[in-house]
Amino acid sequence: MFDFLIQPWPWYVGGPLIGLMVPLLLWLGGNKFGISSNLRHLCSACDVYRIDYFNYDWKDKGGWNLLFAVGVVIGGFLAGEILENPEPVAIAENTRITLQNIGVDQFQGLMPADLFNWSVLGTPSGLTMLALGGFLVGFGARYAGGCTSGHAITGIANLQVGSLVAVIGFFVGGLIVTHWILPWLIP
Amino acid sequence: MRYLLSGIFFGFVLIKSEVVSWFRIQEMFRFDAFHMYGVIGMAVLVAMLGIQIIKRGAIKDMNGNPIGIPPKDNSQMYRYSIGGLFFGLGWALTGACPGPLFALLGSGWMIIAVPIVGALVGTWTYGALRERLPH
Repeated sequence: MFDFLIQPWPWYVGGPLIGLMVPLLLWLGGNKFGISSNLRHLCSACDVYRIDYFNYDWKDKGGWNLLFAVGVVIGGFLAGEILENPEPVAIAENTRITLQNIGVDQFQGLMPADLFNWSVLGTPSGLTMLALGGFLVGFGARYAGGCTSGHAITGIANLQVGSLVAVIGFFVGGLIVTHWILPWLIP
Repeated sequence: MRYLLSGIFFGFVLIKSEVVSWFRIQEMFRFDAFHMYGVIGMAVLVAMLGIQIIKRGAIKDMNGNPIGIPPKDNSQMYRYSIGGLFFGLGWALTGACPGPLFALLGSGWMIIAVPIVGALVGTWTYGALRERLPH
């Protein structure tokens, strides 16, 4: 049992558990599974310019979801810090070789420590990956009306054509960055 | 409390299934392994089953209220395609979407505070520009 909590879980364990969040949140109070809405609620909570888009009762509309997000942070702490898997992520050999070829050296942990640390923030490539990357995640999620949880999982599961289009967009964007931008961006 | 617990469970699963890993995201966008496709595919399948059971059984939530699942507005194709493209660029750059950003922060990657602040600025920018963007 303890081993099970330390080791990474295969797709056929993790996938169904993630999918379960959709009916669970609906049953707990008719709530729709979607993480990126929290970014809007947080903006609403500190909106000083009274922008229409953020002018609503964020506590009433998003209180449950913000609590959920706090839970995600705690869950991340339990699984990633307390019960941390000491082994590197077992990625495909092909991916590892390609990443090494474009300049990634660190394979320990969930992210490459050579690309994700405070000292790269001063470099154009670090700033692009961390700050611009984050900006695009937030901007794109609201523009598209949802992220991976809201569109790729909930939306597609609810047979929404718009969500399918959004997910195709996610994928095209990801392929462009992975194959054309990253090789040139990683120092 | 029930939402906090659900969130803890979700964050735990995100880390243990490694979908928060920049490496896994790279593997997915390079089509080198089935892992991410398996996770997302199974998640969609289970969610779809859950939604069908709720709809067909007209199941009420734990407080006895009917459960409504509002559809997306499927006429706004500019928003889904262009917004989705922007999101995808960000997803591959940071290697994390919003759920994983929160989970990674908890797992001790403090540097993730930078993309989180970036995502908040991005969200705010959308709110400010919304009227001028094609939807």
